[in-house]
Amino acid sequence: MPKITMNINGRETSTEVENRTLLSTALRENLHLTGTHIGCDTSQCGACVVHVNGKAVKSCSVFAAELDGATVDTIEGQANADGSLNVIQQAFQDHHGLQCGFCTPGMVMSAAELLKVNPKPSEAEIRDYLEGNICRCTGYQGIVNAIMAASGQDVPSIAAE
Amino acid sequence: MPDGGIGAPTKRREDTRFLTGRGKYTDDFTPQNTSYCAFARSQVANGKINSVDMSAAAEMPGVLATFTGEDFVETGGNPAGWAIVSRDGEPMKEPKRPVLAHGKVRHVGDAYAAVVAETLEQALDAVEAIEADIEELDAVTDMASAVANAGSLVHDEIETNTCFDWGWIEDNRAATDDAIKAAPHVTTLELVNNRLVPNALEPRASIGEYDPGTGDYKLTTTSQNPHLSRLLIAAFVLGIPENKLTVYAPDVGGGFGSKIYHYSEEALVLAAAKKLGRPVKWTATRTESFLADAHGRDHVTKIELATETDGTFIAFRTETMANVGAYLSNFATVTPTFLHGTLMAGNYTVPNVYVNVKAVFTNTAPVDAYRGAGRPEATYSLERVIDKCARELGMDPVEIRRKNFIKKDQYPYASAAGLEYDSGDYDALMDGLEKTADLAGFETRRAESAKNGKLRGLGINAYIEACGIAPSNLVGILGARVGLYDAATVRVNPTGNISVMVGAHSHGQGHETAFPQIVADMLGVDPLSVDIVHGDTSKIPFGMGTYGSRSLAVCGSAVFRATEKIILKATAIAAHMLEDKPENIEFKDGVFTIKGTNKNVGFGDVALKAYIPHDYPIEDLEPGLEETAFYDPANFTYPSGAYASEVEVDPETGKVTICSMVALDDFGVVVNPMIVTGQVQGGLAQGIGQALLENSVYDENGQLLSGSLMDYAMPRADDLPNLVVDHSHATRCTHNPIGSKGCGEAGAIGSPPTIVNAVVDALVRGGHDVDHIDMPVSPSRVWAAMNK
Repeated sequence: MPKITMNINGRETSTEVENRTLLSTALRENLHLTGTHIGCDTSQCGACVVHVNGKAVKSCSVFAAELDGATVDTIEGQANADGSLNVIQQAFQDHHGLQCGFCTPGMVMSAAELLKVNPKPSEAEIRDYLEGNICRCTGYQGIVNAIMAASGQDVPSIAAE
Repeated sequence: MPDGGIGAPTKRREDTRFLTGRGKYTDDFTPQNTSYCAFARSQVANGKINSVDMSAAAEMPGVLATFTGEDFVETGGNPAGWAIVSRDGEPMKEPKRPVLAHGKVRHVGDAYAAVVAETLEQALDAVEAIEADIEELDAVTDMASAVANAGSLVHDEIETNTCFDWGWIEDNRAATDDAIKAAPHVTTLELVNNRLVPNALEPRASIGEYDPGTGDYKLTTTSQNPHLSRLLIAAFVLGIPENKLTVYAPDVGGGFGSKIYHYSEEALVLAAAKKLGRPVKWTATRTESFLADAHGRDHVTKIELATETDGTFIAFRTETMANVGAYLSNFATVTPTFLHGTLMAGNYTVPNVYVNVKAVFTNTAPVDAYRGAGRPEATYSLERVIDKCARELGMDPVEIRRKNFIKKDQYPYASAAGLEYDSGDYDALMDGLEKTADLAGFETRRAESAKNGKLRGLGINAYIEACGIAPSNLVGILGARVGLYDAATVRVNPTGNISVMVGAHSHGQGHETAFPQIVADMLGVDPLSVDIVHGDTSKIPFGMGTYGSRSLAVCGSAVFRATEKIILKATAIAAHMLEDKPENIEFKDGVFTIKGTNKNVGFGDVALKAYIPHDYPIEDLEPGLEETAFYDPANFTYPSGAYASEVEVDPETGKVTICSMVALDDFGVVVNPMIVTGQVQGGLAQGIGQALLENSVYDENGQLLSGSLMDYAMPRADDLPNLVVDHSHATRCTHNPIGSKGCGEAGAIGSPPTIVNAVVDALVRGGHDVDHIDMPVSPSRVWAAMNK
């Protein structure tokens, strides 16, 4: 089995994977990083979104064996250095952007990518960007509010389109 | 009083672990030496199992054990939780639901064999090597064919594929028939309540463990209701002594009803763990969730509304066929009957109601309770036929509802469908809706839409539901095979902090935050000093889990009663400490004081004293400060609401866009308004999903066409508008100590008729002759309705 080394959440980490092992499986089973969730088998739900070399990807759609030398960031590495919630995580808590919590890691990772490329997204841009992430609990309202707040925008000013 | 008691929008403490990837869901556990289970599932909807040859599979690398239906022939079956009696007095037909199918497979996805191997991949490979000779038979998937075609049977011993033919209330039948015959106006509507797949984001998963040293079993599973699973496995399915089985439901990634029930996979991993003496884990794929989780809704209904010419309601009469699928899931029989028929008077003073429900077996996945469970089906039928009636009589949809609303001075109100509503104020909700949704401004917005070539419609809706299903003595008479109370233990620790063990289970509802608010409010302590223990049958009292918006109204009331007992006991301890009689002690804001003096002792000192009783009068006062309450409600609770939605229909394509969605609800006393708002928004999204997008479709051979998230349209963020929620128009529940009614199902009940009413309104205002469009009101259906 190929041995690969990745920089995961700032630490060099090695593991052996089969050629068919998906990144999501390698993170969860080999490395015990179970914050990355698997909610479907068709790359539709987005619960498994992580960042690979700085870009958001669905970790169920890439083979781990292809990622030797890659940098991978997961939900476990998102909190501030002192362990407190980062701005996006805190906004999700403040604005009730999660209920059961299962889609939440993917949502937070997607939100981080969105705010990196578009620091002040409109509500419509946020809804459009979340096309690849399914939440069954919140009706997305709390999530949209959280991302608006994390971007420094005024949440109560969101108006129905 | 510390901050964060009843009514505070406290942020959820459980969020921290979920936001940092430290939640622990069932699939996140991998006990040492875990083996992996995979199932062979039928690819045909109806088939005779001629043989299942596991010999090749058993020889595959890593395979540890194989199972077929033959291994469970002598085992018990998974029973229905509620017995229904037909109109003619016959008991319902109740076929055995085995752990694995033998003899026949009855729906696509019906599991007939299982393999356990060292790795999941090996288990999956071995399933591919199973040689099964399954002879495909004709399948029945639609209910009319199932009832009519006695030649194609789901269960050979049930000749008409009918589980029961139920009437409610049978004594009302003749009067209702007569009233409809004599009425000056009768509106008739036939409609389909579309079949849905719950699709909690976390797929079901189960881990079975067995300790040969002690004979103890442990099941870690994705359950809304761990004690129910333990009871069913112990008493009916595997016969494991209840005291030797722990069922543990850790963090659960959503349920919406689909995780209430005991499923066969749970029994199989336990049986396999016993056989192998090592942990056995199964995690569903999403495909398996589509095929084998209980689906929801699936009614075909004819409803008639008889009125005076001024719109005064005279009678409702319905005939419904309810699909139960291939086997009876645990609550498949109560959902279309007592959770549906009893709500068929709605919010209205109608003298005659009669409901007939035929439950039908088909070669499809079992159907059971899904968010709202029967209440959405009742509300949809009523509120659609009322809209059609208003149009026929030339009345405003708000006016016809107001004309027939039960008025706030009529409570308690005995409905013609057999319930006694305890409180409500439907006119106040409608007043609030007119303002919040700016109904008066609709024409202006409609004109604006018309300028852009769009047809704008306004839909309104009123609903009532029955939550916190109860009381046990009544449901027992009606056929329930379980009690419907809940339980809580409040354990005050010696250092003054508090552990509360509850029978309810949280899978997104925020119990870890909301329940402590009740205890903190009553005891005058910091909510953060109160922790909730739930989901583990080895730690919690026997409770009934979470479904039907019962957590706060029923289990919260148990928490309240147990905390009252704590106060009583603590008062006695404080009296001892203060050298006075308990009746002279008053308790306020966490301090026990001798009335009329400043002599007092704090709650923390009393807690410590409870566990260091060196000077106790032990004949009169027991040590310790821990109390349990079982709370059995006196009645259901009756949340109600008024919703409005505006939609735009594109006449070129039939596409419906929701412009606004406003929900006003009466949930009684709200403990945490932030959580309640989130619950309503989530329910709205599921209701809007049902109305516009979601549909579970089988072809005539019983193949599931909508079998993945690529084929089944789950609502995404840009399918939904901003969801406006207001629960300030509250009337207190009169019979539970908190005054709460329950909020989890409301949005899913109120929104489907609101949306469909709005779409029909848009088309009618646009000059189209349209009475009704079945859900989901997809572009093709809307376009077809406009161009028929």
